[in-house]
This record gives sequence, C-alpha cells and structure tokens, in this order.
Amino acid sequence: MRAVSRRNALAIGASGAALTFIGWNDRASAAAKEAAEQIAKFTGGVAAEKSKVTIELPEIAENGNTVPLSVSVEGPMTADNYVSEILVVADGNPNPGVATFRFSPLSGKAEASTRVRLATTQNITAIAKTSKGEFFTGQKLVKVTIGGCGG
Amino acid sequence: MAEKPRLKLPKEAKKGEVIEIKTLLPHIMESGQRKDKDGKAIPRKIINKFVCEFNGKPVFTANLEPAIAANPYMQFFAKVDESGTFKFTWTDDDGTVTTAEESITVS
Repeated sequence: MRAVSRRNALAIGASGAALTFIGWNDRASAAAKEAAEQIAKFTGGVAAEKSKVTIELPEIAENGNTVPLSVSVEGPMTADNYVSEILVVADGNPNPGVATFRFSPLSGKAEASTRVRLATTQNITAIAKTSKGEFFTGQKLVKVTIGGCGG
Repeated sequence: MAEKPRLKLPKEAKKGEVIEIKTLLPHIMESGQRKDKDGKAIPRKIINKFVCEFNGKPVFTANLEPAIAANPYMQFFAKVDESGTFKFTWTDDDGTVTTAEESITVS
C-alpha cells in the first residue's frame, strides 16, 4: 500500500475534521464518513465536477441483496482523452466501497453494469477520473425496502 | 473448485465496432457481514478482481468489494479493430484464479 502523500493526508484530515465538527458518531455516519474519505483519496483532494456521470439504479430496491447498477461517463475514449477509472461508493453500507472500474481507449465506452448489495436506503456516488487528470461525479439515491447485508 | 463462467459476446464484429460483453461467475461472494448460527462472523471470501483483456491488452478491469452481489455479473464494452481472443480472469480472495477465453472475428 503506497504511503499517503501530504496532499492526500491534508484532504482526508480536512474532510474528517469537518465531519467531526458536525458531530458524526453513529454507524450510519461512520459509513458516510468513510465514503467521503475514499473519495478524497481517489481524487487527491481535486474537486470533481458534477457532470457527465450517469448512474442507473431502481428508485426503490425491493431486495437489497441484488440491485442492478449501471454507471456511464460521457467522453471520447480516445488515446489522448479517455475515462481511466470510475470509483463507486455506497454511503450507507457497512463497507462503503463498491467497486473501481478501469478503462482504456479499447473499452470503447466508459460504461459498466453490475449487481450490488445495499444495506439500507442510501446514496450511490460515482467519481470518474480521466487521462487528463479531470474528475467528474454523479450521485443517485436508492430506497431499499429489505436490506441486503445479511446482518 | 472453480465454477464455470458464463459469457455473452458476439462471435463477429465490424472493424471499429463497440461490442457489449456480459459475464457472470457463479460465486457465493461471502461478504464477511453474515453470522453463523452461533453468532460468529462468517469470514469474507469474494472475487476481488475481474480483468478482461483482448489480444493481451487490458480492455476492462474491476476491483470488487463485498458490496458486489453473489454470482458477480459484469457488463461492459470493447472496441474491436482486429480479430482475436478475449481473455477473462476472476481472482478470489484465497488466490484462486478462474479464466475463460472467447474468440471474435473482425472484418
């Protein structure tokens, strides 16, 4: 595991400090805080523009054990400008990480679909990184009637 | 014992076409959150990485967390400019590697 750079440590520290100030101290808040930390680590503190990222999820997931999820990011996917990675986090799961997808110009499209487990009603956030070092983000709320973490 | 992956992709395509690929691997994806009847946590055992390569070059990679549902399903795309072989690799937490290959003719 690579060492946390000073810039990353400042970003993570800043987000942690801000959230502590608001008084986050229960399990649901811990998940949201960890999701924010994963995002900060992914972007290195660079602000992500809220555009280009589409998340497809049912509005209401009847069964939290298997929820279809699709993420797509607009972009040319050419050698000089392509989406290289998409991080997906779920801010209400015991472990917020969902997946990191990696693409190349051979992908043709920066789009992937899978099925996920969701513990409770929550936001799914996707952050895309491009080969030019830009970041884009999108978020979708999904209501979960029966949680899917087996706990 | 590794399960047999299921793949769906076209056998033929036109040069430069972007094709859709669907994959599924039967796997319990034990998240580590469940408890057994004695209340002890069942250890995590998931597929943590999925890689798709075409003629040896990476097309799509996914690092997976326990939030991915059982029997991991991945759907993604590939731009094909030449004929060749897709290779799919799934890696389990315990190091087991499952692979599958599928050829495509591009004209």
